[in-house]
Amino acid sequence: MVVSTYRIHGATGEWEVVIGLEVHAQVTSHAKLFSGASTAFGAEPNSQVSLVDAAMPGMLPVPNRECIRQAVRTGMAIEAQINKWSRFDRKNYFYADLPQGYQISQLYHPLVGEGSLTIEADEKAGIPEDKTIGIERIHVEQDAGKLMHDQHPSMSYVDLNRSGVALMEIVSRPDMRSPAEAGAYVRKLRAILRYVGSCDGNMEEGSMRADVNVSVRKPGEEFGTRTETKNVNSVRFVMQTIEHEARRQVDLIEDGGTVVQETRLFDPGTGTTRSMRSKEDAHDYRYFPDPDLLPLVLEDEFLDECRQSLPELPDAKKRRYVEELGLTQYNARELTADVEGFRRFEELLEATAAKIGKPAKDIATQAANWTLSIAPGVINALGDEAKEAHATADAQAAILALQAAGEISGGQAKEIYEIVLRTGREPAEIAETEGLKQQSDTGAIEAEIDKVLAANADKVAEYRGGKDKLFGFFVGQTMKAMAGKANPAVVNDLLKAKLAG
Amino acid sequence: MTDLTDLGVKAIRDGVASGEFSAREVAESFNANVAAAQGALNAFIVATPERALEAAEAVDAARAKGEVLGKMAGVPIGMKDLFATEGVQTTAASHILEGFVPEYESTVSANLWKAGAGMLGKLNLDQFAMGSSNETSYFGNVISPWRANDGGNAALAPGGSSGGSSAAVAARLCPAATGTDTGGSIRQPAAFVGITGIKPTYGRCSRWGVVAFASSLDQAGPMARDVADCAIMLEAMAGFDPKDSTSLDLPVPGWEAGLSDDLRGKKVGIPREYRMDGTDPEILASWDQGIAWLKDAGAEVVEVSLPHTRYALPAYYIIAPAEASSNLARYDGVRYGLRDLPQGAGLQDMYAATRAAGFGEEVKRRILIGTYVLSAGFYDAYYNQAQRVRALIARDFEQAFEQCDVILAPTTPTASFPLGDKVDDPLAMYLNDVFAVPASLAGLPAMSVPCGLNSQGLPLGLQVIGRAFDEQGVLNAGLAIERRAGFTAKPEKWW
Repeated sequence: MVVSTYRIHGATGEWEVVIGLEVHAQVTSHAKLFSGASTAFGAEPNSQVSLVDAAMPGMLPVPNRECIRQAVRTGMAIEAQINKWSRFDRKNYFYADLPQGYQISQLYHPLVGEGSLTIEADEKAGIPEDKTIGIERIHVEQDAGKLMHDQHPSMSYVDLNRSGVALMEIVSRPDMRSPAEAGAYVRKLRAILRYVGSCDGNMEEGSMRADVNVSVRKPGEEFGTRTETKNVNSVRFVMQTIEHEARRQVDLIEDGGTVVQETRLFDPGTGTTRSMRSKEDAHDYRYFPDPDLLPLVLEDEFLDECRQSLPELPDAKKRRYVEELGLTQYNARELTADVEGFRRFEELLEATAAKIGKPAKDIATQAANWTLSIAPGVINALGDEAKEAHATADAQAAILALQAAGEISGGQAKEIYEIVLRTGREPAEIAETEGLKQQSDTGAIEAEIDKVLAANADKVAEYRGGKDKLFGFFVGQTMKAMAGKANPAVVNDLLKAKLAG
Repeated sequence: MTDLTDLGVKAIRDGVASGEFSAREVAESFNANVAAAQGALNAFIVATPERALEAAEAVDAARAKGEVLGKMAGVPIGMKDLFATEGVQTTAASHILEGFVPEYESTVSANLWKAGAGMLGKLNLDQFAMGSSNETSYFGNVISPWRANDGGNAALAPGGSSGGSSAAVAARLCPAATGTDTGGSIRQPAAFVGITGIKPTYGRCSRWGVVAFASSLDQAGPMARDVADCAIMLEAMAGFDPKDSTSLDLPVPGWEAGLSDDLRGKKVGIPREYRMDGTDPEILASWDQGIAWLKDAGAEVVEVSLPHTRYALPAYYIIAPAEASSNLARYDGVRYGLRDLPQGAGLQDMYAATRAAGFGEEVKRRILIGTYVLSAGFYDAYYNQAQRVRALIARDFEQAFEQCDVILAPTTPTASFPLGDKVDDPLAMYLNDVFAVPASLAGLPAMSVPCGLNSQGLPLGLQVIGRAFDEQGVLNAGLAIERRAGFTAKPEKWW
């Protein structure tokens, strides 16, 4: 049992926070859950609304197979129970952003049942070891429309573009005990969704948002009353919500008050939460099975197809990077943390291996270091001058190949990459014309070595007398004489031979 | 030449095809009847004579060019105003949708136009199809063309909810009309006015574009003079529709070609539990007569049991309002239809005012019942329990159909009654559907065929219920009754 050490210090002692998250993730699909309308982001208001989305009389929902497929694949990615028989229910409530007067969701029989997700140890953040967070279910539902109250002094505008878009509601168990764990959970979940391709995880565009359930208790005691903060749309805000809510609840209880079960809103401006509506005026949603839709029955064939289409997932990938490619735990974790990272790395690795003709394992560490620190360092230093289009795997592989062949040094590699990013020129051509190549010509190096040895006859004598440490001095002098362009390996070999006399 | 409005679907289609008369002549004759009867019968909410003529002219032109004509070519029909018709007001007989003109055509009506039918107008009905006497329409009651022979002159109920359809067909304002049946709304009005109507297997006709009442029960079907006309029209209406996920993905059988009244080798089940207290003795007598006719057609008659029959009506009046309360939530004044915005009102006030003004009493009653039975504290006690009853009723039928091919029963417990008689007693009104509702809950095909007149000179109907997908069996048993009943009575014209 992993015990989080995160505590809130109150007047009456230490408190523990209990967190559960309901993440709403927009399914990546060109069409809505029950209509053929487009789901593209940023369109003109009400330009992506079918008759079904507008709930015109007599319109009927027809499930979109792709949305179901993506939810099933997501369930498989968190090793969850996939329910071969599930059903859509109606959740009835009146609101202007909900054209039908009900939302089609799944309450009684969700598509995906119990699963779990592991967040990685992170000492700095207070997560001492890997921790598994339970996931209760994933159900599929329609999104509502958007209300805009600031477009007109006395009227509200309704944009139904999002109405009917497919969402996966991913409901965790109340297994998290600190803002850091919640943050890690959301990041890991987002990574998995992106790996699977079932959601773009873009929280700024609202493709992913979380309802944050928070309660506090004295460590080891029963769960306290929780509040639910709706629609929090960044990892940082999720963590802020928890910090603020936990503190607020502790203060409230210690002041003799009680926490009421209610829905709250997060204000990103102040980092605080405020009450939206209390349980007393909570809706009675009057759930019942949607009579317009037959139960969803999944065939084995469909499930097999879903399973086979799954990519290698973060945990498996990390394991493989360590075991097969010999990467460090740190590098493996960093590279697999998001889709962009591992894609860049794997592309580079493949391109470099092809160029050099060596097994991937032999160059993996070089490629990993390049991907994680060297390349980002160059790009950051260049700032706006770096053109993204020039950062191809091919160009970078060419640089690594030159380096592996001893033709350029690490410093030259960075310089060449800088020019590549600015201009898009070929690395080999840059190395040649810009004089960014190591000197491996033994004749030229030998000549310089001879000069160095001649000029330092006393030190040569000392070395030969047993002062081994001076070897570095000779290397340095030679390199300096060669203006840093000599191949250090060649310099070493030649120096050793010459000094041996 | 005979009066064209005395002809049914088949006779018109064949007459137009053979050139005996033109489709335009037919449309004109019926248009004239529609116009002449409107003040007295109020069967139509909107008449569309120009649509009927357009369709007729298209058929005449196609015939002139020697093109193949559709199944309903040249037949003008009435369209229950629950079907969305592109460019023509569609109201479900409600104030809340008054003036609503859809930009789309229901699948069923589109299928009919494709088959060469034309539209005479939008037929009156009980508001949102809720009612059994056509007294809940915002556009006023439909008056049955029939009068009792007791010397009184009481206006009679044409049945509901397809009361406009039944009255229009019986009064020869159209040779056929569409109906929808949720708990008997095709069969009961057909029985009240001496015409034939069939509710096919649930899913046979698409619900797309039909204003929803209770989605798991609603099913469209034809109402016409006789069995053959129903078979023809049902063929034109039915078919798989990818836009309705409850639609049956099966080919449409050739029901017209399959018609036969030879029932040798067939078994007809008589459900013991349908002999209910309070059923009119004349209804029971007509049932016995029906049994004799089917025996005459060669069928063997067996008694069957449908033990959960007495729970059907209560279960229906939980499930249907539950679904209705949800389906009607979209009529909120935000996107279309009526909007009542009192001075200074907020969103919730606007909803309340709009819905209070836009829905009639019966619709409100059912929305309230439905909201109640779905509410958190009562869901298990009512809705879930009703769904269990529904499953038991479906099982009753399955077991009965192990012993027989079709079931024969009365359509209604009484003949038509005067308007106003039951309107203040909803429970008495609901009882009218007692024989019709079980087949609806089970999703089975069922039809009503006229079998004679009662002592007051009013029509009575017999109901044939079949196995799922066996519309042919139902139509054939109906045909056997029709041929032996020789029902030719029609209301005497007083309008």
